[in-house]
Amino acid sequence: MKFISEAADKRIPCYRVLSDDGYPIAGSRFEQVDKETAVKMYKSMVTLQIMDNIFYEAQRQGRISFYLTSTGEEAINIATAAALTSDDVILPQYREPGILLWRGFTLQEFANQCFGNSADYGKGKQMPIHYGSNKHNFFTISSPIATQLPQAAGVAYSLKMDKKEACVVAFTGDGGTSEGDFHAGLNFAAVMDAPVLFICRNNGWAISTPISEQFRSDGVVVKGQAYGIRSIRVDGNDALAVYNTIRAAREMVIHEQKPVLVEALSYRVGHHSTSDDSTKYRPVDEIEHWKTARNPLARFRKWVHKNGWWTDDEESELRGSIRKQLLNAIQVAEKMEKPVLAEMFSDVYDDLPSNLHEQEKSLRETIKRHRQDYPTDVPV
Amino acid sequence: MAAVTQGLGATAALSSANSEKFQLTTRRSLSGRKGRFFIFESNGNPRSGLNRQINRTRQFFTNAVATKPDSAAASTLSKHGHELLLFEALREGLEEEMDRDPYVCVMGEDVGHYGGSYKVTKGLADKYGDLRVLDTPIAENSFTGMAIGAAMTGLRPVVEGMNMGFLLLAFNQISNNCGMLHYTSGGQFKIPVVIRGPGGVGRQLGAEHSQRLESYFQSIPGIQMVACSTPYNAKGLMKAAIRSENPVILFEHVLLYNLKERIPDEEYVLNLEEAEMVRPGEHITILTYSRMRYHVMQAAKTLVNKGYDPEVIDIRSLKPFDLYTIGNSVKKTHRVVIVEECMRTGGIGASLTASINENFHDYLDAPIVCLSSQDVPTPYAASLEEWTVVQPAQIVAAVEQLCQ
Repeated sequence: MKFISEAADKRIPCYRVLSDDGYPIAGSRFEQVDKETAVKMYKSMVTLQIMDNIFYEAQRQGRISFYLTSTGEEAINIATAAALTSDDVILPQYREPGILLWRGFTLQEFANQCFGNSADYGKGKQMPIHYGSNKHNFFTISSPIATQLPQAAGVAYSLKMDKKEACVVAFTGDGGTSEGDFHAGLNFAAVMDAPVLFICRNNGWAISTPISEQFRSDGVVVKGQAYGIRSIRVDGNDALAVYNTIRAAREMVIHEQKPVLVEALSYRVGHHSTSDDSTKYRPVDEIEHWKTARNPLARFRKWVHKNGWWTDDEESELRGSIRKQLLNAIQVAEKMEKPVLAEMFSDVYDDLPSNLHEQEKSLRETIKRHRQDYPTDVPV
Repeated sequence: MAAVTQGLGATAALSSANSEKFQLTTRRSLSGRKGRFFIFESNGNPRSGLNRQINRTRQFFTNAVATKPDSAAASTLSKHGHELLLFEALREGLEEEMDRDPYVCVMGEDVGHYGGSYKVTKGLADKYGDLRVLDTPIAENSFTGMAIGAAMTGLRPVVEGMNMGFLLLAFNQISNNCGMLHYTSGGQFKIPVVIRGPGGVGRQLGAEHSQRLESYFQSIPGIQMVACSTPYNAKGLMKAAIRSENPVILFEHVLLYNLKERIPDEEYVLNLEEAEMVRPGEHITILTYSRMRYHVMQAAKTLVNKGYDPEVIDIRSLKPFDLYTIGNSVKKTHRVVIVEECMRTGGIGASLTASINENFHDYLDAPIVCLSSQDVPTPYAASLEEWTVVQPAQIVAAVEQLCQ
């Protein structure tokens, strides 16, 4: 009679390519990234970082109601996006806007969604950062945690039927692995031989819950085997490692038609969202350490710099330009009209049913009677 | 006003221990074009608000499903058509839609080679393969979520809940995603799923297997709900639900699967938002759906013998209510009795009462009477269980009292 121990002797090792100083680690196998891709990756990471800063500030100034940053996880966002193709369908949690950015979502489009104006693809019907774009193969974000994981099997099923050379990429955080949907989603994908790439951004915190209180296992990577799913742990702050891992995992998922689980270790440098102040539950110097010494941008920049592909001048020019574009995008988005009243009732069903038609009429009558109580900047 | 009439043939005693078996003989007059397709409407007039649905059903003429070649001529179907049981009618509807559209697929527990707990999907896995008729592990939230994901990428899944009660586990996916994602994505993603399964009070199945989920789901914006009660409307509603671009929940009843009826050979699709006129009358409007229709019709027999003329409407569409048909009836009879299996608090009857009061208050000569189950979990003991369900005698008494 032999019990399997609750913990292995050693923790599962973590795949890394670059050291903290940006030097390739001796003995680490990786596929070279060409200059064009590397520069695009770096520029996108910078754009994401600045976008997060500026939108966060905009919320603090009361110009948007809510925002959620991906600070500290830029490498996971961008390197993953770079390793996929535009046919791969993304089922995000909410800290993956970098993928949209990589796929060509403009700063103006991000701003429009956050301001909920008439140009927002969601027509003002979802809260800020809950982006969605079917033309970018990016499912509309839904706030409840992990609900997208069982849906991933369904999307994969759809791709299987179409025999497409693409996979589904479903994200979750460390906290999301506690949800029932995580168990169900992974089990389903395994049983159905669904081509899903599950990526868990283990950033150490679920609002105020640290991973030590989230699970007792050795992180998330060990959970894969319980479902019969191949898994790997990667340093999420190492853009090259993430890029290589996702490339390899994607190949496996598509050609073997089975799911793969990737645990990307990182740190949530920002607060959970604008409704949170993380200094209340974690030490400030811990945050500072990850913000500076373990910064994914700095690490990748060192490598790109060393290859002679990036200069300091280009850096300041880029940062200045992005900042200007963002401020402009915010101005434009802020001034743009909000969606008209009719949008409140549209898209509930494919056509407007009679009861909603009545309710809309009733609302319009109320507004007409009490025009002074109705906000003047919202078009009727 | 009614173009659909039904007379009840012999009815089995409702308190028999085995599942009910009714022989229904039907005669219908039709509105529809010549040719092999018949579109059934309960009156021939187009209506505002529901117009679009009726117009949509007319478009189905062009998508032919081959039927028996010699059945074209008949305009009344009393001699033609074929007999089948309700669960077979559901299967027939599902099969026809799967033939017609390769994107229609089925998922659920034991729906594949086992054929489903109530045999609705029997034989489909052999015909369409394991990919289109998918057996899933036991995780309702999962396979409902899976269906939603598949629907968002172009498939048209039909999800079977082994028992409606288990779909409470899928409530999160149904409420937060199914009903919502079309809206929050600004119309970019649509979710044409059908969620179906048996519910209602059966024969000593215990409280957890006797749930009436229509109560809990009725508030969710973005979904539609229909309840079938005869083989004829089961097939028609199944087809309509599959073709709808909106998520539809189709409520079946555990005790109605073995109902036998003769249905047309020709293809037909019913309107999801329409109620069914079961028995036109003048004195009082009785609104019901699903299994209670049969209790009502039995009560109607007694009432007719006593000299009353009840109008019985099977509301069929639980969300939204067919207030057009219901309203016309109320305007005619001025008295309403609602007979449902839901519990008193927060059931379909409660909503329907509010709706009728709001819209047709001036036409009512008396307060609406709603007969529902009590606010108790369904007990196991047969006698206790019987008392939680509205019985014909109660319906007769309520009508008599209302018509005084």
